[in-house]
Amino acid sequence: MAPVMFGVSRREVLVTGAVSAALSSFPAEAHPAGGEAGPPAMPVSFKVNGTSHALTLDTRTTLLDALREHLHLTGTKKGCDHGQCGACTVIVNGERINACLSLAVQHEGDDVTTVEGLGTPERLHPMQAAFVKHDGYQCGYCTPGQICSAVSVLQEIRRGVPSHVQSDITAAPQPTNIEMRERMSGNICRCGAYSNIAEAMAEVAGERA
Amino acid sequence: MKFDTPAGTNPTDRMRVLGKPLDRYEALLKTTGTATYAYEWKDVAPGFAYGYVLGATISKGRILAIDTREAERAPGVVGVVTYRNAGKPGVGKFYVQKMLAAPEVDHYHQPVAVVVADTFEQARAAAALLRVDYARSDGRFDLDAQAATAPVPPQGEFGGPNEKAIGSFGQAFAAAPVKVDQRYVVPDQAHCMMEPHATIARWDGDRVTCWTSIQQMNWGTRDLGLILDIPKENVRLHSPFIGGGFGGKGTVQADLALAAIAARVVGRPVKLALQRPLMFNTTIHRPKTIQHIQLGAERDGRLTAILHDSVSGNLPGGRTEPCVTSTRGLYAGANRLTRTRLATLDLAEGNAMRAPGEAPGLMALEIAMDELAEKLGMDPVQLRIVNDTQVDPEEPSRPFSKRAFVQCLEEGAARFGWRSRKAEPGQVRDGEWLIGMGMAGAIRGGKIAKAGARARLGRDGRVTIETDMTDIGTGSYTVVQQTAAEVMGVAADRIVVKLGDSSFPETPGSGGQQGAPSVAAGTYAACMALRDAVAQRLGFNTAEVEFADGQVRAGNRTASLGDAAVGGEIVVEDTITFEKLAEQFNQQTFAAHFAEVAVNAYTGETRVRRVLSVCAAGRIINPKTARSQVIGGIVMGIGAALTEEMAVDKRFGFFVNHDLAGYEVPVHADVPHLDAIFLDEVDPTISPVKAKGVGELGLTGVAPAIANAIYNATGIRVRDYPLTLDKYLDRLPDIV
Amino acid sequence: MKSFTYERARTPAEAAAAVARTPGAKFLAGGTNLLDLMKLEVETPTYLVDVQDLALDRIENTGEGGLRIGALVSNTALSADMRVRRDYGVLARAIQAGASGQLRNKATTAGNLLQRTRCPYFYDTAMPCNKRAPGSGCAAIGGYSRQLAVIGSSDTCIATYPGDMAQAMRVLDATVETVNARGATRAIPIADFHRLPGDKPERDNVLAHGELITAVTLPPPIGGTHLYRKVRDRASYAFALVSVAAVLQRDGTGRVCFGGVAHKPWRVEAAEAVLPKGARAAAAIAFADARPTEAARFKLSLATRTLAAVIAEGKAG
Repeated sequence: MAPVMFGVSRREVLVTGAVSAALSSFPAEAHPAGGEAGPPAMPVSFKVNGTSHALTLDTRTTLLDALREHLHLTGTKKGCDHGQCGACTVIVNGERINACLSLAVQHEGDDVTTVEGLGTPERLHPMQAAFVKHDGYQCGYCTPGQICSAVSVLQEIRRGVPSHVQSDITAAPQPTNIEMRERMSGNICRCGAYSNIAEAMAEVAGERA
Repeated sequence: MKFDTPAGTNPTDRMRVLGKPLDRYEALLKTTGTATYAYEWKDVAPGFAYGYVLGATISKGRILAIDTREAERAPGVVGVVTYRNAGKPGVGKFYVQKMLAAPEVDHYHQPVAVVVADTFEQARAAAALLRVDYARSDGRFDLDAQAATAPVPPQGEFGGPNEKAIGSFGQAFAAAPVKVDQRYVVPDQAHCMMEPHATIARWDGDRVTCWTSIQQMNWGTRDLGLILDIPKENVRLHSPFIGGGFGGKGTVQADLALAAIAARVVGRPVKLALQRPLMFNTTIHRPKTIQHIQLGAERDGRLTAILHDSVSGNLPGGRTEPCVTSTRGLYAGANRLTRTRLATLDLAEGNAMRAPGEAPGLMALEIAMDELAEKLGMDPVQLRIVNDTQVDPEEPSRPFSKRAFVQCLEEGAARFGWRSRKAEPGQVRDGEWLIGMGMAGAIRGGKIAKAGARARLGRDGRVTIETDMTDIGTGSYTVVQQTAAEVMGVAADRIVVKLGDSSFPETPGSGGQQGAPSVAAGTYAACMALRDAVAQRLGFNTAEVEFADGQVRAGNRTASLGDAAVGGEIVVEDTITFEKLAEQFNQQTFAAHFAEVAVNAYTGETRVRRVLSVCAAGRIINPKTARSQVIGGIVMGIGAALTEEMAVDKRFGFFVNHDLAGYEVPVHADVPHLDAIFLDEVDPTISPVKAKGVGELGLTGVAPAIANAIYNATGIRVRDYPLTLDKYLDRLPDIV
Repeated sequence: MKSFTYERARTPAEAAAAVARTPGAKFLAGGTNLLDLMKLEVETPTYLVDVQDLALDRIENTGEGGLRIGALVSNTALSADMRVRRDYGVLARAIQAGASGQLRNKATTAGNLLQRTRCPYFYDTAMPCNKRAPGSGCAAIGGYSRQLAVIGSSDTCIATYPGDMAQAMRVLDATVETVNARGATRAIPIADFHRLPGDKPERDNVLAHGELITAVTLPPPIGGTHLYRKVRDRASYAFALVSVAAVLQRDGTGRVCFGGVAHKPWRVEAAEAVLPKGARAAAAIAFADARPTEAARFKLSLATRTLAAVIAEGKAG
């Protein structure tokens, strides 16, 4: 039974999802957005894997949905749509981000690399080949995000970006096992391929060192 | 093919392809983002619209009214599906949950409506415009309140007997000189597979085709047929790639049911995925169990009395969590009582999650064994060795088909360096960290099931295998590929594997740790039939024909395999069926898991430092993918031990932490280097391939090994999972 | 997610003016928290003003010997800056302990300060929540509150501020600089930036509608050993149960600020005065007015023990 402290009655109207809108401190009063004429659409252009794309999108479209639903680049995955899993990791202007927590229109002029841009079945990126060799995946759904992150992590270490597990944060980071595990922690793999992914990354890092 | 006597020597014993650590069959697709998952099919459903599911915001009660007008007027909206226009959806055979509140609401986030619109953004926004008027009624959300009184339910189809007594437990326990009597709690847990439940549904007349993510294809057609009230023959499902399941996609979930219903209502194909925050309360989960264990032993460690009583809750009509399954077979002991009881709860349905019963059951039993070892002053490995049995302890005339449990224990102890463990807890320190070692044994069913496959030989000598088996990350593609290559005597790259199509021959699908060995056996049967057909087509004497190196030989005649298909593709199909052997022999897999942990003496944070699992599971078809299965199980075990719990709000009646930030599964930083090894074993009672599954064995027993290691590190015994620091912080050494 | 219009501002004043004149408007920087909440309709802006083109992404030396951190400096860039790593290590460490590499690349300095609570009842729009829907009640009180506040809470809200960076800024006595629609600037001491919930839990901080953060300034370095210790259930990519930001001096004095315990970074200067006496003494003062729920009570001993670990680490380092 509902606790009385909230004044919840047995017969009530719950306005699902709209509670906050109705009661928020900034009342959502008539800004000329959307309405029955249709949601605002905007042009946006960006490069994906070296190819320029000009799209006109509902402003609400995330970079992730622009890639998957509009450009049909479905290698980038939607696991949670809330920045809690990392399956949507892509590389934008050289830095990895969660494509689910970014609006497409924020990326005007940007350079996006997805897993499809790293390598193809005919021509694997060294990290993709290392994932194959070390079995760094099982169901495969988090894998594109893991690979985009893994490639970025090695670059971040080379660039000297420090991490939580460094004892001396003024020192240059090294591609140790613990460093890679910490830096990869934004990519969840429920199949539990972590140990194998660490080995794949170590191999690629070793070849480059 | 009927399999009713233990396998003799056969083509699988050549082990030229079987037993090799091949890269996954689908490796290049998965690593390049070109494997196609359910939501990603292009061009299969022209004119499709997007569906978005609205979940109930009460936990128990009834919908009084749904005002859909504003949503229907919203831009792009094609239709709104509710119980008023959905027809009355039926219920499938495996899950009892209803896919749509109609109008009764059975649990929080039970689907109330599907909004269908031209775009995802439009559907999502319009779903928030629905006004639902509920009448709330009292619900039952507290398992603890019913733990004492919950009854033993009527016998169900799965999970073994709900109550079984052997000998006289009460007397034996009373007489035992050494006893353990404790209560253990395993919380509700979520599968959290990375791919959300997702489906594209398209109707052609009275037939529906769905691209979905489901582990058991033929359960899917059966259950979707029941839900839609159409013959299962009118349902076609495709699931060639599945982004994880762990039991959470066993058969039809709300995505599949509602996509099909919505597509029927709006007259357009519909694609929808369950949004992540909905999955925890909408779909199934592993239900919480409260387990009572009593162990009585002689002073030499031999168990004389074992009681394991487990209570779980479920929606009306739901099943129990069969936590006593492992206890029935793991250790010797003449007097035994096992029992599962069932409370009624108005939370989302409890159902199969990886190693149902065994995983949570051993989370209790294997702590109890650790407690017993300490009381006896005995090494925990030795205690388990002393209580080994080569026969089914409930039925001594029935031997285990293979039981290398003691070898797992001994091999593991030796490799792990178990001898360096200090029996007295709290003795090893490394700076801020308290170090401990723990171990646990594991048993998980090895029985397999009827499985079919179709084999096609093309003119080019390629062999194509088609079965409705699925690959949820388990390696099924590769297992089929290797089995077919071995039996046909060709290189692995001559094999084409097609899975996850409900029109293909039936298998048990992915579940119960029986998928890989079952489909391997089905593939064997189909390939043996293909060999006969090839020999006949070539006019070779089938008795002496040999398949090797891509050639077919008999006497001094030789042909290349493809020659047999010059006149046209050869297509054969067979199904392997099993009788008797699984009754004559108790077929199980075994493991011993060893863990070392560090517990921070200041903060109580636990870090797993290393884990080793030694497994005995029959022939290992692919040691690379099998090892991945086991280490993946270890990772899930780390989560079960340390972080995973669906927190119940007993006032509102729902799982509160219903997203991947609130429900914490292990991340990279939680997982050290993991080791898994397999003992050299073949089990000819299982199938001609002599292999058993490992996917659930890898999880079973891991969490208690970690719990026992935490005890060894700290001297603090926690019997309530997960072992979060708040449960023992104040019992750590005073350091201030 | 409700429909919204989207524009990019060219100057801070233009951005502030655009938001100020439109009820329901919000600034958009990294978007990592705002978009998350918009998908759930916890946030329902009708107009987003993207500030990414404002030239606020530099870290500059101030005339006083401190640093001025542009509002749009990413978490990664800030924590990687060698001046920050060398002179303000607690800040670099706190940032690195938060979120994930992907999120830190996108999240900005200002946005991080404006993170909203991770209270699960705030996130679930079916639940009463005074922060999300003022007057609807607080479902967290009496509910699943293990992660929530133990001090500074009210009868209307027990949410915590979820970030890491702000604890470090608090021990560094940072100042938040803002500009409003009229072009007026103000400098808000970080101590005054975040609010306690009181009877207005919907207000996380003291910013007015349309007031834009332009920078955070740090005073000159204070030396000492810089530590950030974050305790959470898993080893990474999780919010703190308790965190401690500290700058400790050789003589045993220092500054400490607790995270994960209150609606704002929790620093009590009177507690710092007894730091040389040890963690128990300092925590006793810092948490003298604690009002934990039963489920969150452990945070009091956890805070004490974590501080003890930090002090020990400071002595060793």
